Amino acid sequence: MSFEPEIIGFCCQYCAFAAADLAGAMRLQYPPNVKIVLIPCTGRIDIIHLLRAFEDGADGVFVAGCLEGNCHFLEGNIWAKKRVIYTKGILDEIGVGGDRLEMYNMSAAMGQRFAEVATEMTERIRALGPNPARKHKKIEAAEVAVEA
Amino acid sequence: MIVAEQKPLAEIRQMIKGHRKVLLVGCGSCVTVCFAGGAKEVGILASSLRLAAQIDGDDLEVTEETVLRQCEPEFVETLRRKVEDADIVVSLACGVGPQTMVEAFPNARIVPGLNTKFFGRVLGPGVWTETCAGCGNCILHLTGGICPVARCSKSLLNGPCGGSVGGKCEVSPDIKCVWQEIYDHLAVQGKAENLAEIIEEKDWSTAGHGGPRTITRKDLQI
Repeated sequence: MSFEPEIIGFCCQYCAFAAADLAGAMRLQYPPNVKIVLIPCTGRIDIIHLLRAFEDGADGVFVAGCLEGNCHFLEGNIWAKKRVIYTKGILDEIGVGGDRLEMYNMSAAMGQRFAEVATEMTERIRALGPNPARKHKKIEAAEVAVEA
Repeated sequence: MIVAEQKPLAEIRQMIKGHRKVLLVGCGSCVTVCFAGGAKEVGILASSLRLAAQIDGDDLEVTEETVLRQCEPEFVETLRRKVEDADIVVSLACGVGPQTMVEAFPNARIVPGLNTKFFGRVLGPGVWTETCAGCGNCILHLTGGICPVARCSKSLLNGPCGGSVGGKCEVSPDIKCVWQEIYDHLAVQGKAENLAEIIEEKDWSTAGHGGPRTITRKDLQI
């Protein structure tokens, strides 16, 4: 069975979330692997949120905020960018790999771009394979299933 | 504040190797302010350790705790049950924290999660700099309130050395010559002539070279 990655997209309500909505309204096709988490601003994102997503089994995570200079809260997306870069370093140190995390910027009108990002991220993670921290969890689940 | 930074994850993992139940203990004071060992950093380290253990297939149980001041026995005492339940404790405090814990829990295995760096202040968001050397005999009143003991690379007491160029220290262009700063500060106050006075040789006997220092206040003793 081919690997289907699970990707969490933390999307700002003022841009990327609206862009995802627009992508849907435009009937654009993009991989169903992305699960969206609505956030009030990407500035709300902290390192621990990103790590927890991986801990709970996400294969890839992205943070999508407003275009730089257009943040509803002025510079939340700039803070998010710095935190994403810092967390990439932590993920490299852990062995999960910083490539599994990315920051994107888009406006609410960029439905097409959202579909592209979802596709790009899905392809990237598919190439990287499953989150290495998940493999043992999966084995446990399989064992439980066999025992049952 | 006391400024510290977290040890590399690999070093912490090496210290806890072979232990299953790990208790991470943060400190709510200095190291919280310098983002090294507060509740937030404890959470990030716990998550990192769990992820790394999952990758290696290790069975690891991480518990998170943070006390207001890890340098005081009363606060540390509140952790007794959790410490007794853990196989190993990683202290995310300055060097005082783990030692207070060792004193309180002599049977527990306590290891440091931070490297304690210096007494310092915030230069700007995300930047801390050494400002006090804890020499035990303050001379700030003689130097315009700027400390040459901590901030001069040679701890000179009577003006700059020959390596002061353009307000920078010869050790690194990133280091300001503190004697230039002292001069500029006193000049603005119109007190540059104070520098003509020679600062006598400093009494370094208070600076910790004669073993650990202790302060005793009889009025506070029970």
